[in-house]
Amino acid sequence: MTRSLNPHFKTYVLLLVMVIAGPVGDVLLSKGMRHIAARTDWTGTAMADAAWRVFSSGTIWLGLACLIAYLIAQMVVLSWADYSYVQPASAGSYGVVALLGYFLLGEKITLTRWIGVLVICLGVFIVGRTSPRTTKRKRMKSGSS
Amino acid sequence: MTEVVLIFVITAAGTCGELCMALAMKRVGEVVDFRPSAILHALSGAFGIGWLWVGVALMAVSFLALLVVLSVENVSFVIPVTAFSYVLGALGGALFLGERVDRQRWIGVLLVCTGVALVFVGGR
Repeated sequence: MTRSLNPHFKTYVLLLVMVIAGPVGDVLLSKGMRHIAARTDWTGTAMADAAWRVFSSGTIWLGLACLIAYLIAQMVVLSWADYSYVQPASAGSYGVVALLGYFLLGEKITLTRWIGVLVICLGVFIVGRTSPRTTKRKRMKSGSS
Repeated sequence: MTEVVLIFVITAAGTCGELCMALAMKRVGEVVDFRPSAILHALSGAFGIGWLWVGVALMAVSFLALLVVLSVENVSFVIPVTAFSYVLGALGGALFLGERVDRQRWIGVLLVCTGVALVFVGGR
């Protein structure tokens, strides 16, 4: 996969990873931590037990994996794309959270929040129509097999 | 007053941290090979650049400030205020990284900023 991919295409793919992995990771971590905290009385032994449950929780490990995927995608996309492009474009995650909450969890979402999601989508669309890179291109030196 | 300072720390340190990370990745150069070994090579190259560590430290400071503020303020107040980081990010991109932020990108950034604030003000 060393052939040059279309810069727009690879930028969109990595932004998609960020927009999905970020909020999914947050939700999984939050879910895992709440489940553990709800059963902890914060004494020494209970805390040690809670720490063990954190490290043995599949939900938390899955959440961490998602957040690591988010961080790797962010670092890789920033190797060529502008920060002023990536930062607002990745705000699409707010829309993903609202949609996941509405369709999967059956949460009620207020009109103001839907308007907010639409305004974010419009902003992301407008930023997405600008060039992902406005600085000089620097290719990575080859060092891997 | 303490909360105002902490909110400033969240936005400024968080955005500056990401800008430092972006600078480190620009120094590494454009990743063109997407095999896991090549991505690992790029990331390990970034960890050899001082700016990345400055970025990680700033992001850690921002995260700690966020935890402190969230212990006294509602998330529905904190997140809309920190949405200002999108404006700071565009400014930092232009001034620190030499990116060309044209009018169209500014309009998009301001819309994202407004939208994030609306999402959280909207509550549930």
